[in-house]
Parts: sequence; C-alpha cells; structure tokens
Amino acid sequence: MDLSLSTETMGDRTIVRVGGEIDVYTAPKLREQLVELVNDGSFHLVVDMEGVDFLDSTGLGVLVGGLKRVRAHEGSLRLVCNQERILKIFRITGLTKVFPIHTSVEEAVAATD
Amino acid sequence: MATVELRFSALPEHVRTARLVAAAVARRAGVDEAVLDEVRLAVGEACSRAVGLHKIGGISAPVKVLLIEEDKQFSIEVGDEAPHAVPGERANGAGPGDPDSEAEEDEMGLAVISGLVDDVEVSAGEHGGSIKMTWPTTPPPTILV
Repeated sequence: MDLSLSTETMGDRTIVRVGGEIDVYTAPKLREQLVELVNDGSFHLVVDMEGVDFLDSTGLGVLVGGLKRVRAHEGSLRLVCNQERILKIFRITGLTKVFPIHTSVEEAVAATD
Repeated sequence: MATVELRFSALPEHVRTARLVAAAVARRAGVDEAVLDEVRLAVGEACSRAVGLHKIGGISAPVKVLLIEEDKQFSIEVGDEAPHAVPGERANGAGPGDPDSEAEEDEMGLAVISGLVDDVEVSAGEHGGSIKMTWPTTPPPTILV
C-alpha cells in the first residue's frame, strides 16, 4: 500500500490526514507535504494518523522535522493516533514526550498549549 | 543455512518487499502472530539502515537478508557492505563524517530495533556490517499430535 495524503483547514489549524505506510520510500512525500504547508503559512498542524498501517523511524524523522519547522514560527504539530502498534513506536523512541498525541481530531483542534 | 535468502538493490522501494517476505517466512516458521508486527518493523528498520549506508557509500552491491528457521527460534540477518568504523571509534564520536540528519536517522533506527527485539547482535567491520535479530518460535500444532 502506498501513502495517501489529504489536507483540510479548521480555523487556524490544518489537518493532514495520512493513510497507508510511512517508510523509507514514502516518507519523503510526507516531508514535502509538511514543508509545503509551512512555506504556505500553515504553522498549526494536526497530523491524523488513524489511517496509517505502518510507521518506521524514517517517518518519525519526518514528523520531528515538521515539528522543528512549525516551532520556528511559534506553531504546533499535534498527532492523532489510537493505534497501539503505532503508539508503541513513539514510546520506544521517547517521542511521546515530544509530541502531543490526541485521541481525535476534534480534541487536537480544541487543544491549546 | 538460511531458509530464505533475499538480495535486493539498495533502493528504498524494495524495503517494503523485504518486510513482507520476512513477515511471511516468520509466520510460517511459527513466530507468534502478536510479534509479527515487531518483526516487520525491525526488519524494515535494519533494511532502511542498510540502504542508507549503501547510498552514502555509493555502494552498488545489493543488501542481503537471511531468514533463518532453526529449532525453536527464527533469526533475521540483514547484511550491508558498507565499511564501518570499528564500534569503539563510533562510540567516541569519530564517525565516518555523515551529515547530522543521516546519523540521527541511523541512531533512531537502531533505537527502534533495540527497543523492539530482545535478542539483537550488531556487528560492523571494514567490509560491511550486519544486524542479526532472533525471536522464539512455537512449533505448529500438527507437530504436537
């Protein structure tokens, strides 16, 4: 399965819905999408990972890169994920402390720092 | 002797194939269904790392994956042909001069592997390196009859 990406704006937040597999082959597409959004002035991103079947460290690297980019503009990058096998990768790498992880897009959109 | 041996050109698009093959062989070997996700992720990390090392080193040789079914255990060995600094030197920060991002990704991949797999052996030498990961297996029910 390839990677699918779509975006939607909710107020000042931009939702990036990701589906499929994020790995060493597909991660560059996600990187391009995040870079493009930041370049276009979207600094508050919510990455919805509910449709993600597979995530590896390359994907984590892209998300960390996205976080660095939005933070440079005092923005935010929140994740939506309820899948245990995906959450486990964030826990193993200690990234649960770096990313705010929400159970729904609504919760992520409503959240403030 | 390896049960299945896979060689692929060091390109990102082939890593998924390696994951699928590894998971299929692991399932057949009797690796617990609950662990197959970890097998898939760990072999993907090891292969991504090997592909990255070949790319950085401009190495045209393929990445090699050995899937080894043994008595009560299943091992995956991912071999690269990239010349590595000896582990002691790497630990002291005298790496081969990779860009920071590549080194970070390499470390994150290894962190995921060591977090997922209890039995991991990482070896590296002048002529290449390998990551060998081992999981226990349970014999299929038919053997118990």
